Amino acid sequence: MAENNSNLKFFLTVGALLLAGAAVFTAQNIFDDYKIRILNLAAVYVILGLGLNVINGFTGLFSLGHAGFMMIGAYTAALLSMPPAAKAMNFYMKPLIAPLTDVHLPIGLALPAAGLVAAFFGLLIAAPVLRLKGDYLAIASLGFAEIMRVLFTMAQSITNGALGLKGIPSINSMYFYWTTALVTLILVKQLVNSSYGRALKAIRDDEIAAEAMGINLFYHKVLSFSTGAFFAGIGGALLGFLVTTIDPNMFTFLQTFNILMIIVLGGLGSLTGTVISAIIVAVMMEVLRIVDAPINLGFISLPGVAGMRMVIFSLLLLLVILFYQHGIMGTREFNWNWIINKIKHNGDIGKKGGKSHGAVGNG
Amino acid sequence: MALLETDKIAMRFGGLVAVSNFTLALEDKEIVGLIGPNGAGKTTIFNMITGVYTPSEGQILFCNVDITNKKPDYITKLGIARTFQNIRLFSSMSVFENILVAKHTRLHASPLSAVLNLPKYSSEMKKYKAECLELLEAVGLSDLTYEKATALPYGKQRRLEIARALATNPKLLLLDEPAAGMNPNEAHDLMNFIRQVRDNFNVTILLIEHHMKVVMGICEHIVVVDHGVTIARGTPAEIQTDKRVIEAYLGVDAHA
Repeated sequence: MAENNSNLKFFLTVGALLLAGAAVFTAQNIFDDYKIRILNLAAVYVILGLGLNVINGFTGLFSLGHAGFMMIGAYTAALLSMPPAAKAMNFYMKPLIAPLTDVHLPIGLALPAAGLVAAFFGLLIAAPVLRLKGDYLAIASLGFAEIMRVLFTMAQSITNGALGLKGIPSINSMYFYWTTALVTLILVKQLVNSSYGRALKAIRDDEIAAEAMGINLFYHKVLSFSTGAFFAGIGGALLGFLVTTIDPNMFTFLQTFNILMIIVLGGLGSLTGTVISAIIVAVMMEVLRIVDAPINLGFISLPGVAGMRMVIFSLLLLLVILFYQHGIMGTREFNWNWIINKIKHNGDIGKKGGKSHGAVGNG
Repeated sequence: MALLETDKIAMRFGGLVAVSNFTLALEDKEIVGLIGPNGAGKTTIFNMITGVYTPSEGQILFCNVDITNKKPDYITKLGIARTFQNIRLFSSMSVFENILVAKHTRLHASPLSAVLNLPKYSSEMKKYKAECLELLEAVGLSDLTYEKATALPYGKQRRLEIARALATNPKLLLLDEPAAGMNPNEAHDLMNFIRQVRDNFNVTILLIEHHMKVVMGICEHIVVVDHGVTIARGTPAEIQTDKRVIEAYLGVDAHA
């Protein structure tokens, strides 16, 4: 079942990629800056969601430290890629420490560096934090993120403190964000489908059995945690390039909550679900801005309340948790087999009006 | 030279002595039963051997290596595999993947070469996948290869758990109540299966079991524990007539 149609699937994949490329090309050319920015934000959410899903969805570790790693990535990328003149403008309260003032790397180098620095911090805090399980891990990782935020606010000679950084090189090209998202998706897919990914899922399913099968729990949890941190760093860096200004208060728990909501809605342990839900959430966040504005229903007019759309998201999340725990995709993944089977199945028994249910498995 | 030697190991949880002075020597390719009434400390002994608990006292030697303070994954890598009293299969995975997980401990390729699918990783995986398919064939589960593990009937799940343990290439296999919840037919199949496993995979087997027919039928030696103390050891025939064993199971005869 898993191996047949491999040629067909290859062509379908290439076709889908070309189609996606064409879609991005079209969008880049017909949409205005504002809409492109929203779609780019969706790509950033895809990256952040995939990273968090490695930790929370595939390894079953409940981490709430994503915003901390995002912040580390955002500042690393910004400080490495900003031109010295822009840095001098920013740091008027307290000068930036020596080597950083003159560093000016291309974005192609600053971006992976952001991921690596975030992953390094992931490694550092993994040792104490991963001794904990469940709720305790959640609290400890949340605490880490908050501590980092306070440290970044105070370390004025490196981060410019609460003043933040302005004038980060601006990028609003869909190719840049969506290519990075695609590369992330491929890398994460390769990881979770590899033997290492299987070990992570084993830990999620049954830690005791996983250890009895010879899986080193600590090593694999650290692997998962720093992989997630790496992509959080990349996502944070991209967020910096997208909005061109960052400050520590951008990276509060709310930021983590948004990403957590994306992966819960999409399905913990499903890459497909994360991608779909990241796009939906990013677009909805903008579309639902009408809810924030004053509404006139003819017979009654409601005053505008800023943040009303977040209430809608909270309700949505509540509904998902109450009635649809597995999210959009559960742990299933998009798979050509599913579509091929569905088409064949429909062709076979279409006359009888039978409902088709193709298998969505691993492939 | 014994494969596994436990030298006077003891396990205390606070004031409770779960196991004391437990000494055991397992030779190559024997099947040994560990029996005793509920709460006798049998599973605790398993947990000490596999590194889940660190013994409060004593020493465990496996192939002459001291494994007393080692972690479970390290001990599995050395060659001790186990199954659980309550089946612990990986619920999100297929039968095949459940077996494949056990090969992960033998993987040399780094995470990076796995992500990039470098030749080193893919050739290793090709070998392990072939081994796993062969193993499934050998244990008679090959027609269920791509089924979800937890969708299997109970008896097959037990068998899969044993197969998964075998996939780690163990020298010693610990089975915790493999016949629990089985009907006489299933138990009979299991006995044959355990013998086959010993013969075909060259493993020593230590098993905990309450099903006396199974224990007496396949074990060459039996160790009986009660309240953490070893009260008898010997062949099935000797155990069946041992007065202390009968007392432990049935109580002391007041008129004796």
